Amino acid sequence: MVFGKLLSALKKTRDVLTAGLSRLFSFGRKLDETFLEELEEVLYNSDLGPVGTRIVEDLKESYRKREVKEVAEVPAFLRRRLLHRLAGSEAPLVSAPQGPTVVLIVGVNGSGKTTSIAKLAAHLKKQGKSVLLGAGDTFRAAAVEQLTRWAERLGIPIVKQPTGADPAAVAFDAVAAAVARKVDYLLLDTAGRLHTQKNLMAELEKVVRVVKKQLPDAPHETLLVLDATTGQNAIRQASEFAQSAPVTGLILAKMDGTAKGGAFFGIREVLPVPVKFLGVGEGVEDLEPFAVEGYVDAILTFDKSTAPRA
Amino acid sequence: MFDSLAGALGKAYRAIVGQKVLTESNIEDGIRAVRQALLEADVNFQVAKEFVADVKRRALGLDVIKAVEPGQQFIKCFHDALTDLLLGGQAQGLPVAPQAPLVLMMCGLQGSGKTTTCAKLALWLRKNKKKNPLLVAADLQRPAAVDQLQALGKQLNIAVYAEPTTARPPEVCRRGLEHARTRQHDVVILDTAGRLHIDEPLMKELQQIHDLCKPHGVLLVCDSMLGQDAVNSAKEFHARLPLHGLVLTKVDGDARGGAALSIVKVTGRPILFAGVGEKPDDLEEFDPPRMAGRILGMGDVVGLVEKAQSVIDEKEAEAAARKLQKGQFNFEDFLGQLNMIRKLGPLKKVLGMIPGIGSAMKDIDFDDQHFQRIEAVILSMTPHERQKPDLIDLPRRRRIAAGSGNPLDVVNGLIKQFKMMQDLMKKMGRGGMPGGLGGLMGGGGKSGGGFPGMPGGGFPGGGFPGGGGRGFPGFPGGRRR
Ligand SMILES: Nc1nc2c(ncn2[C@@H]2O[C@H](COP(=O)(O)OP(=O)(O)OP(=O)(O)O)[C@@H](O)[C@H]2O)c(=O)[nH]1
Ligand SMILES: Nc1nc2c(ncn2[C@@H]2O[C@H](COP(=O)(O)OP(=O)(O)O)[C@@H](O)[C@H]2O)c(=O)[nH]1
Ligand SMILES: [Mg+2]
Ligand SMILES: [Mg+2]
Repeated sequence: MVFGKLLSALKKTRDVLTAGLSRLFSFGRKLDETFLEELEEVLYNSDLGPVGTRIVEDLKESYRKREVKEVAEVPAFLRRRLLHRLAGSEAPLVSAPQGPTVVLIVGVNGSGKTTSIAKLAAHLKKQGKSVLLGAGDTFRAAAVEQLTRWAERLGIPIVKQPTGADPAAVAFDAVAAAVARKVDYLLLDTAGRLHTQKNLMAELEKVVRVVKKQLPDAPHETLLVLDATTGQNAIRQASEFAQSAPVTGLILAKMDGTAKGGAFFGIREVLPVPVKFLGVGEGVEDLEPFAVEGYVDAILTFDKSTAPRA
Repeated sequence: MFDSLAGALGKAYRAIVGQKVLTESNIEDGIRAVRQALLEADVNFQVAKEFVADVKRRALGLDVIKAVEPGQQFIKCFHDALTDLLLGGQAQGLPVAPQAPLVLMMCGLQGSGKTTTCAKLALWLRKNKKKNPLLVAADLQRPAAVDQLQALGKQLNIAVYAEPTTARPPEVCRRGLEHARTRQHDVVILDTAGRLHIDEPLMKELQQIHDLCKPHGVLLVCDSMLGQDAVNSAKEFHARLPLHGLVLTKVDGDARGGAALSIVKVTGRPILFAGVGEKPDDLEEFDPPRMAGRILGMGDVVGLVEKAQSVIDEKEAEAAARKLQKGQFNFEDFLGQLNMIRKLGPLKKVLGMIPGIGSAMKDIDFDDQHFQRIEAVILSMTPHERQKPDLIDLPRRRRIAAGSGNPLDVVNGLIKQFKMMQDLMKKMGRGGMPGGLGGLMGGGGKSGGGFPGMPGGGFPGGGFPGGGGRGFPGFPGGRRR
């Protein structure tokens, strides 16, 4: 059910964008200033931000060059442009050539890190992999308990220390345990932190260093979890987190709402790493691999022939 | 937060400054800059459109006040429009309960900061209103959400009412309320689970809690990093349960906060509190006019102008400006200007009060020390040298370096930049402060240390807001981090 839930969520919601686009491409419209402004608005509403303005500029340019002549050609033009911008942003989760694959999960407060870990763990377990969790958020109240609850539900072991412990120490223990127990994957949670907090970003750097002490190639994946409802700030999050941790991919969480996570288009320009998964709900099943075409179509569900079926 | 709006406003201001009157066509660039800034700050497209129209209407409707520059008037229009918007119709605090306990209900999307805010608010009420609050754990959805609230309660010594997660949230809230009555709690705060506005069963559940507990105020907790979708969710929450007000969280980050403006606009409800950190005492009462001031470049332009007028010797400033234009500006004049600026207060604060500069300076480590170093260099010159900078040859430079306790490089750099600035000023005639003047004091920033973001013309109109051509040279550059 790739994209099933995402698309049903899109359908279920009287989605602004869809509504906007169908109005936009209604019969008899002219490719004029009004049309362009409406198109810009529709793209903005998906959080494309200045990228949306640039796409509209591109469209104007193509119109001048007679590459696009009428409104009917615009959907295909948009689809091409959006796909082009996302080229290379699909990739599977990597695995270490040998020994445990260490996956470090990072992100701002409340973006969906811990829940994404539970989902990833469920996903890997289903594939027959052995998984270990590391409760690296020792700061937030009951964050350890939260991950512990997931571990219990999934029947997966967890390495933890009490709230207030040094997160780097937890990371160290977790890597040691992963090596000793020869698990396939170690999923390491971290506390949410704003990228503007220098001391907390330094703390994150320390966690990375400590992980490398035992496994120089680790973390094999550092996934930045972004909340799809976030606007242009997501771009700053991406570039700043990448300064403190070797971010290899993204998880776009909360894609089951009406937000599209369109800031991702702008993120491509500062941090061209793939999106590894989409979070589409609060349950462990609610994780979907990212597919560029499906995502772009979800953004541009304007036409019956291209509308994906849920 | 809100920094970029400030920066863009500076741009708008520069586009408008120098105009004798505000007309439809000469405010066009400024207006466009404001619109662009709003959009980049995540303000909803429609909200931005209406807001810009509002600013324009105010600007064009203005009487021309002779004494005040149009650029400043434009800022005032923007400020007033922003304040009105932020006030969300009317200013008000928390609701009052005719009869205790006061019941407050939190709601919002997942991860917005509800639970943390419950604890913060309880602490705030105890500290500032001498209340004895009870927290009710009605998030039975997220694993360990109850533990989270209990841990916070324990840490702060605030009572928490909780039940096993098998219970139903509306029932938990109702029983929590009864519990509060028997224990003489005068405030009850209901922590609810995060939910999507399109999740019908969960939205119904919120309404059930509302029907059952009849809270005096429902607070929507919103993340300041939200994007365009903020209006959709806020509208829906407001439609389901009339909101009393908003709490904006994670304001300690660098989000531009435009979504918050949109939410206030579409719900007509004010922001009451801002969360400024993860700790329980990181909560601030929200003050719309002050926030509008901060958006304007953290600036209180009017206050700064007044202050400047009181400390700046008008004649001296005018003389300096004239000399500047003729390229006769010397180190003596420079020292005088430095001292004037310093009288205004710590440098960073002063510059931060000027629209557009506050945000440009965000990344700069300003040190008043650098200021002092330059002063030391100038003070180590003889009066004659100060008046005739051309006199300062290598032996003199060596002496000045030794005398001021600086390496020779510093002295060389200062003199070189001073000369460049003089040349530039000569070429520009009456214009404004070139970025290069900033560079004079900069510690080797990217573009010669000048003010990042200051375009060629530099400081608008050769003056300080309201200065009408009075020179206000000598803005230091700085080091970028
Ligand atoms: N609807 C929806 N909710 C989600 C999704 N992912 C996470 N959530 C919810 O978002 C909230 C925050 O998720 P967490 O996983 O605790 O986020 P976190 O990043 O670990 O938060 P902190 O550790 O507090 O910074 C919880 O209520 C989750 O149930 C998603 O894909 N869709
Ligand atoms: N930096 C910062 N973090 C916050 C703020 N308010 C809440 N948080 C964090 O945001 C995350 C989610 O908060 P929580 O209260 O659990 O959100 P809830 O899911 O809405 O109850 C936690 O990591 C909190 O520590 C704030 O004002 N600033
Ligand atoms: Mg977490
Ligand atoms: Mg909560």
